[in-house]
Amino acid sequence: MAKELTKAEDFFLKKFNLNTVQLEETIGKALGKRIDYADLYFEYRTNESVSLEEGMVKKAVKSVGQGVGVRAVAEEKTGYAYSDEITVKNLEDAARTARFIADDPTSGIPVPVRSGVVQRDLYPVKTPVSEISIQEKIDLLNRIDILARRYDPRITKVMASFSSEHKVILIATSDGMIVGDIQPLSRLNVTCIAEEKGNRQVGSYGGGGRGDYSFFLENGRFEDYTKEAARQAILNLSAVDAPAGTMDVVLGPGWPGILLHEAIGHGLEGDFNRKQTSAFTDLIGKPVASELCTVVDDGTIPGRRGSLNVDDEGTPTHRTVLIEKGILKGYLQDKLNAKLMGMAPTGNGRRESFMHIPMPRMTNTFMLAGESDPDAIIRSVKNGLYAVSFGGGQVDITSGKFVFSASEAYRIEDGKVTVPVKGATLIGNGPDVLKRVTMVGKDLQLDAGVGTCGKDGQSVPVGVGLPTIKINGITVGGTKG
Amino acid sequence: MVQYENLANDLLKKAKSKGATAGDIVIVEGDSFDVQVRLKSVDKLSNAHEKRLGLRLFFGQRTAVCSTSDFSAESLDRLVEDTCYLARCTAEDPQAGLPEPTPLVSPDLDLYDESLRQWKMEDKIHLAVQAESAALGQDARITNSEGANLSHAGRRVVYANTHGVIGSYPVGSVSFSVSPIATAGGSMQRDYWYSAKRKIRDLASPETVGRTAARRVLRRLGGRKIATCDVPVVFDPETASELIGSIGACASGYAVYKGASFLAGKLGQSVAASSVTVLDDGQIPSALGSRPFDGEGLATRKTTVIRNGVLESYLLDTYSARKLGLRSTGNAVRSVGDVPSVSHTNLYLSPGAHDPEAIIRSVKRGLYVIEMIGFGVNHVTGDYSRGAVGLWIENGELTYPVEEITIAGNLKEILMNIEMVGNDLEFRGTVASPTLKLSRMTVAGN
Repeated sequence: MAKELTKAEDFFLKKFNLNTVQLEETIGKALGKRIDYADLYFEYRTNESVSLEEGMVKKAVKSVGQGVGVRAVAEEKTGYAYSDEITVKNLEDAARTARFIADDPTSGIPVPVRSGVVQRDLYPVKTPVSEISIQEKIDLLNRIDILARRYDPRITKVMASFSSEHKVILIATSDGMIVGDIQPLSRLNVTCIAEEKGNRQVGSYGGGGRGDYSFFLENGRFEDYTKEAARQAILNLSAVDAPAGTMDVVLGPGWPGILLHEAIGHGLEGDFNRKQTSAFTDLIGKPVASELCTVVDDGTIPGRRGSLNVDDEGTPTHRTVLIEKGILKGYLQDKLNAKLMGMAPTGNGRRESFMHIPMPRMTNTFMLAGESDPDAIIRSVKNGLYAVSFGGGQVDITSGKFVFSASEAYRIEDGKVTVPVKGATLIGNGPDVLKRVTMVGKDLQLDAGVGTCGKDGQSVPVGVGLPTIKINGITVGGTKG
Repeated sequence: MVQYENLANDLLKKAKSKGATAGDIVIVEGDSFDVQVRLKSVDKLSNAHEKRLGLRLFFGQRTAVCSTSDFSAESLDRLVEDTCYLARCTAEDPQAGLPEPTPLVSPDLDLYDESLRQWKMEDKIHLAVQAESAALGQDARITNSEGANLSHAGRRVVYANTHGVIGSYPVGSVSFSVSPIATAGGSMQRDYWYSAKRKIRDLASPETVGRTAARRVLRRLGGRKIATCDVPVVFDPETASELIGSIGACASGYAVYKGASFLAGKLGQSVAASSVTVLDDGQIPSALGSRPFDGEGLATRKTTVIRNGVLESYLLDTYSARKLGLRSTGNAVRSVGDVPSVSHTNLYLSPGAHDPEAIIRSVKRGLYVIEMIGFGVNHVTGDYSRGAVGLWIENGELTYPVEEITIAGNLKEILMNIEMVGNDLEFRGTVASPTLKLSRMTVAGN
């Protein structure tokens, strides 16, 4: 990874005709006497996307973005300025604006920085996805279109897209560190619409991560994504209206881990807890889940969508235990909130781009496997819901209330999975829901790599994971009372 | 901006010399400012300048879009090369292309406030502090705050295409919001209120916004869960606007031609109660959704989407209109780096005759919805199921708050079940609705 740093550092200094001394001077200018911390975040990214619908790839889009963000922190105050022109003059102007926060007219002396060494490379890529020819990606989408239509004649519309990002970042901080990273990211999505006698239903699936293009071709992945999207659309043709009321719910493995993300993860982000606006405020050391539950956030899993060598403040990512056997153990921290709370940064300081101030965010959040057999979990439910896939979710951090919508779910009747249901929404209370977990399966799965999390208007890629679990008594919002 | 108009023409010329048959360019340049104060002192302050250029080229019926924030000659040369290359790779699409040549009209809709530039940092911070203080000072139960936020942005939009159409306009917005937190009986609630306008002088006062935020959070304290029931549901103007926003999304020409909307194939049919008229008007002076011309250089206009319950028009750009054999309604939007798409301008439900108080009084037992969360809206089927917070209505009176419930139905029935439309229409964003009463929805709780 030292090699990646050199590459990132050389890339920016050469491309924008800067040198390390100028970076040191800018940090010094942002620092001033009353500023505790300052950093620079350089970013250069290329995004490319091709999409297919109506049997043709009619859209191809590419964008190049570059810029630098300068941040100055004084206690809990943050001053930030950014510019999409990376020049010494703009750096100086930005430093002056950022420093305004401390109402501090003095400008500091240069802060020496040395290259940090990151000992690992979680996403070694042989050939950047951006260097694979566009024709090859177009061919893939065309194959997906044929596959989906072959799956069932009731599939009437197929939409597929392939997107990739190549992001180079460089962070220089007043801690005296300079660290760079090259972050690849790609994703393949398939959506199918099935129609039968005026009934129209949709199914979607996809995956990706930080790896080579070959990832999508290996182990039948793109075929699987396609069949999953088509299967879901066809299945929903026979779905009945979801039940309404409180019942036992079994969540399938993998993507339903979005429950942890929404119900628990956001409430454990350091900023909300420092401000005491989270429903989890002051609960460290206290039970917040049944003792079957251990939940971690792990940014160090190779190749995953939510993984990073270093976060967007230059801190190496970690595996952070959030809940251990039901007891709340820790929060997700960036530098500012860790310092104010007297805790250590956990490598969760992330930002969408140079235009954004970093804040505590999740990476890959999942529950560890338990001991139950997934089939036994289903058999234990007399009347309930089996939710296998979700569209999306949202949480009110302060009240703890969360909501998420199932895109594939079934009724469970007398221990058996029976009819598919549509339009089911689960609603609950974050600090309460995991206390209702009565069985945890041994089948932990991570999601396929499509998650994007939004907070304060900033989107970042994340991963989630879950074994099959049973939750007693959760409210299902449907129309069949 | 003359320099950008020249730049746009030069790039289009260069692209044509490389074989492009047509194309257009969007350039956006602007400044933005954002300050967050919390517990009366500054928490975050951010200031920025940005510019981006997006080039769309056609090679016959093939097309692609590339964009960059790097305006150096070398980068722009590569942009033209890349766009030509990508466009040649895509499939022939019979409906692809620029709109028919139409002279560009650019009425002055008064969308930019010159005084934003002179607004002093201290005054902006002071306004946010005043708004937060007004909320914090309202009641002893307001114990904490997520802060008050003030932001403004101003930009100039330049559009040019190879039919010789060229134009530009300045546009800005300013807004502030307050998010107080109230505590009672060991439970915490947060709510917010805001004011967003094109002009500083049109903003609500910080005291009004702060006090409204306080009133909104206090009424949520002591929330209960209720038993599952089918009851009449009244949406306040904020949540009613979200419903109307979903209708707008389902009326988008793209959702319709893809068969991904429950409104597909329903033109001329009755889709809502006869009291429902939904309009989209891009020409309202100083309104947040107004723009003189759309993302393809076509004039914006007033479109009746639903008239007295009958679906009269979709919202269309050139491409989606051609797919459906219709004409553009001037609703193209263009994010700089993407192909055109469709969005509403100022979308609203025409006001009815009823006082909101009279609407609530008409409900014997039901729910007054004040917030919805989650993404349970399926545009394809119309299935609608969202988390909600509300106030329980008993004998025509608002009583206790209700939380941890969902409200569910299907947009088809929801539109048909609109029983009363309020007279309290107010434009607070780009989508607006008066208070609405639905004859029934499923409320899921215990």
